[in-house]
Amino acid sequence: MNEAAPLPKGNMGEPVARIDARLKVTGDARYPADLPVRDVAHAVLVTSPIARGRLTQLHTEAARAVPGVLDIIAAGDVDGELERPQFGNSGSTSIAPLHDRRIWHDGQIVALVVAETFEAASEAAALVRADFQAEEPSSGFGSPGIEIIPAAGASPLYPENPEAGDFDAAWATAEISIDETYSTPTQHHNPMELFSTTASWFDGDVTVNESSQNVTGWKNTLARQLKVDPEHVRVVSPYVGGAFGSRGPMTPRTAIIAHAARRLGRPVRCVVTRKQAYTTQTYRAETRHHIRMGAMKDGRIVAFRHEGWELTSRPDNYVVGGTGTTARMYGYGAVETKVSLVKADRNTPSYMRSPPETPYVYALENAMDEMAVALAMDPVEFRRVNDTMTEPIEGKPFSSRSLMECYDQAAEAFGWNRRTRGIGSMRDGDWLVGMGCATAVYPTNVAPCTARVRLTADGRIRVQSGSHEIGTGIRTVAAQMAAERLGAPFWSVEVEMGDSSLPPAPVSGGSTSTASVCSAVMKACDAIRARLFHAAVTANDGPLSGLAPADLGIADGRIVAGARVEAVANAMERMGVGEIEEYAEFAPEGSSADAIANLYKGKLEMRMGEEGAKVKYAFGAEFVEVRIHRLTRETRVSRLVGAFAAGRIMNPRTARSQLMGGMIWGVGCALHEATEMDRHSARYVNTDLQDYLVPVNADIQDVKVILVEEKDTDVNPAGVKGLGELGNVGTPAAVASAVYHATGKRIRDLPIRIEDLL
Amino acid sequence: MRPFGFERPETLERAAGIVAAREDRAAPPPLSSAQFIAGGTNMADYMKLGVMRPNLLVDIGRLADPGLRRIAASPDGIRLGALVRMSEAEENADIRIGYPVIAESLQQAASQQIRNMASLGGNILQRTRCEYFRDISWACNKRDPGSGCAAMDGFNRQHAVLGVSDRCIATYHGDFAQALIALDASVETQSPRGGRTMAFSELHRLPGETPHVETQLMADELITLIDIPAKPWARRSHYLKIRDRQSYAFAVASVAVVLDLEDGAVRDVRIALGGLATVPWRAQEAEDELKGGPLDERTAGRAAEAAFAGAMPREHNAFKISLGRQALVRALLETRDMRV
Repeated sequence: MNEAAPLPKGNMGEPVARIDARLKVTGDARYPADLPVRDVAHAVLVTSPIARGRLTQLHTEAARAVPGVLDIIAAGDVDGELERPQFGNSGSTSIAPLHDRRIWHDGQIVALVVAETFEAASEAAALVRADFQAEEPSSGFGSPGIEIIPAAGASPLYPENPEAGDFDAAWATAEISIDETYSTPTQHHNPMELFSTTASWFDGDVTVNESSQNVTGWKNTLARQLKVDPEHVRVVSPYVGGAFGSRGPMTPRTAIIAHAARRLGRPVRCVVTRKQAYTTQTYRAETRHHIRMGAMKDGRIVAFRHEGWELTSRPDNYVVGGTGTTARMYGYGAVETKVSLVKADRNTPSYMRSPPETPYVYALENAMDEMAVALAMDPVEFRRVNDTMTEPIEGKPFSSRSLMECYDQAAEAFGWNRRTRGIGSMRDGDWLVGMGCATAVYPTNVAPCTARVRLTADGRIRVQSGSHEIGTGIRTVAAQMAAERLGAPFWSVEVEMGDSSLPPAPVSGGSTSTASVCSAVMKACDAIRARLFHAAVTANDGPLSGLAPADLGIADGRIVAGARVEAVANAMERMGVGEIEEYAEFAPEGSSADAIANLYKGKLEMRMGEEGAKVKYAFGAEFVEVRIHRLTRETRVSRLVGAFAAGRIMNPRTARSQLMGGMIWGVGCALHEATEMDRHSARYVNTDLQDYLVPVNADIQDVKVILVEEKDTDVNPAGVKGLGELGNVGTPAAVASAVYHATGKRIRDLPIRIEDLL
Repeated sequence: MRPFGFERPETLERAAGIVAAREDRAAPPPLSSAQFIAGGTNMADYMKLGVMRPNLLVDIGRLADPGLRRIAASPDGIRLGALVRMSEAEENADIRIGYPVIAESLQQAASQQIRNMASLGGNILQRTRCEYFRDISWACNKRDPGSGCAAMDGFNRQHAVLGVSDRCIATYHGDFAQALIALDASVETQSPRGGRTMAFSELHRLPGETPHVETQLMADELITLIDIPAKPWARRSHYLKIRDRQSYAFAVASVAVVLDLEDGAVRDVRIALGGLATVPWRAQEAEDELKGGPLDERTAGRAAEAAFAGAMPREHNAFKISLGRQALVRALLETRDMRV
């Protein structure tokens, strides 16, 4: 068996290779900055070296004297031309760098230099000199001058703190208790593909080539900022070289570049340096947690309290808010939660793969491991005792929950029963061996989506939907869905995505795409089937004449009812059509009446896993083996095993890849990733891939992904639970658990580094 | 990127002469307006970042002298031309067998792609990877003399604990240099004033009051050869590199050991430390502690104490003292246990 293409179990599709696999591995896939644009000018950003204050004067004479410089755009130059960016929905921040002279954060854009060549623009940008009236900045947690506000109500995405029962009373009854604090650091997106914007105007229409997870949202946001009708804006993003939330909300640069192109009367391209991306793009906020957990000696948790603090910028209330998930994870008894925002002189954080779950579940699962130790229980058995089919906040049933099945399958594959319980009891020469585990969870969200499907008489199928191939394999699974519903071979399907001129799809975030896009594609395909079936049964002389449409099926290019068959092409010929095209709108159960209209306007209406009569979550269990040198204490992850259940698996190959990638990212989160601050200046220090470490090949040895069979008809028509953000959720806590097992040191602050273990 | 001139001379004399003819020929080499370039892996990177701002690059990659590209092993030792690529040296059989510490230090440095480009001469002159040095928006005495040191009270986890001054705590990040220290290597140089030879351990200068002066070289002086004397016991030599991930990362701490054991006792030993000091660092106090005695975890621990007696930590790098000690103990034990 090819391990990369696992054989499908029940409720799983075929492990077909990605539609774009060859393009990607041969370098033929074109990313936005690769798309050829005639006569393009090059732009380079000039950014602030201070984190707080005012820009008093910009000296551009020397820069303008550089041969080839075409334009310099600075504060004041966009007044009346460009609306201010907004925070929320499709916008990353309300900080309007060229509207205001106030400096809100380190590395804020203060000017844009446009030139004939990238080299001339870079040289000129280095010659722009800015004078500032600097003020003392607050860098974050613990700094003087920060402001702390309640998160509940500060953002429409976090209306209230979930709670249930009387925590204080239950806490008082607990026989064993845990009362600890945990933290996760700032983490930055470092996608392979650098961030870029290319804007071209033609006859009043603007086309923007930029990697995006939300072309429809951006089209509308950009139109508002440029003061043009959305019909005149097109956002194109055929491939994305690393998204994970970094290309979800649009940053202020996009409109600035579009404006620069309009002003210059010429296309403009800006590829942002990695260093500048640290301050002009978004990042994962650092968080702190205080967890109290009380249990009885038999292992039942009776009281759970999770308080979180999250960093955000001064002007924008970005809320991570992971208590919605941690409060529903186990059958706790009484639950109390609270989230606060810590406002400092920093750029606005935003989404990064499983934004709420990564930090919050890390804290919870670390506490679970501590409690298992305090109870002298096996950590797997401790979870089994507290497993529940009813979530504790509103008492709603889970639509499906295969958590313990995941634990059992992963534990067996990992060899958990070979683990000896004593701290440091397992050794391999000079290396201490530790084993640990943790739960992975991600809500099953779904969003309104549209798609157009066209079947031509030669049997070819074209699927169009303004979703985004961000590396997940969405084009491939959409093609699989169309092929299956229309009884056609996979290779006969072409899929167009990544263009705002296509029927709109939701933001590719929240692990919604497979569920939403496949549900819309399925609906369009079913409309085509209905037309074909109607033609087949109403024909006077056809082989299927007179049958009920409900009795028909479709396979191998033929409409089938038992032994009676008719070729699809024949049916179409009889219909007198060369093609059948259907456009479908899918709105999840419980959506508002305006859901599709809002989708066209770029307004997101995501239905979250907690909404509705049942709670919809995907679960997994992850096991980790670490090796730590007894003297020098570096941690190496020698084995990872994860088992995950996520409803229908459209494609075991792409599902495995996503989960494996997530687990590897989780190793980075556990051991490597952290953006370091210079606290006095509130500036990031390690702003490149030399000092911001992520795992490389040598750090990842043996990774095993198990897809656990699960069927869930409640989640959405496609029966799919998103799993793109599931794999990385459990890993950091599982690593921390294994480190504890090896060394006896309980590390509560990520990342776990040599100095923590010496 | 700033515009710059480019010259590609064919002789060493011409290359040195181009720099010698410039007005600022007396400037410390890092500040000179003319810079030599060989593999370019450090220079091109730092020019893009604006850290190096030469008006003229003198490419020595095409110099005709074949000795510059030769690895010559003899009973007297091994001589490495300055333009030998890192990957060529690490793959050389004489080096792998006779001087494993060299091969190990090179193999664990950078990436294969970089090692295919980078010259040995350039490698030993590589400049610090201090974050505050590499981003020109920070104050840095090494980059802009007299501007201050942002690292001193900034985020200084990766900074040096040995050889520091109140002007600079930037770490010397190379790996190969530690092997050269431990092997008592020397370097030969050429300039318009002629050739000279110096002990490798004297090539680098402590930052002191002038962190921008990094070596004894003049701006128009080129390293031509690295000379490693024969040392039969160099077969028992080892480079241990501790880093935050498994590969392609600079050392948090590293140790080069060359060990002469006789009947379990240390007859002679050379120890160099990397990732911990401002220059390639010989731990002579540790060597003295070990000489003549048995080598076990206890004696190694005493040597490690001695090696860090003068260490000066800052806010975030105190762990490097304990890590450095542990790394030294581990490296000594691993070297002792080598089968040679």
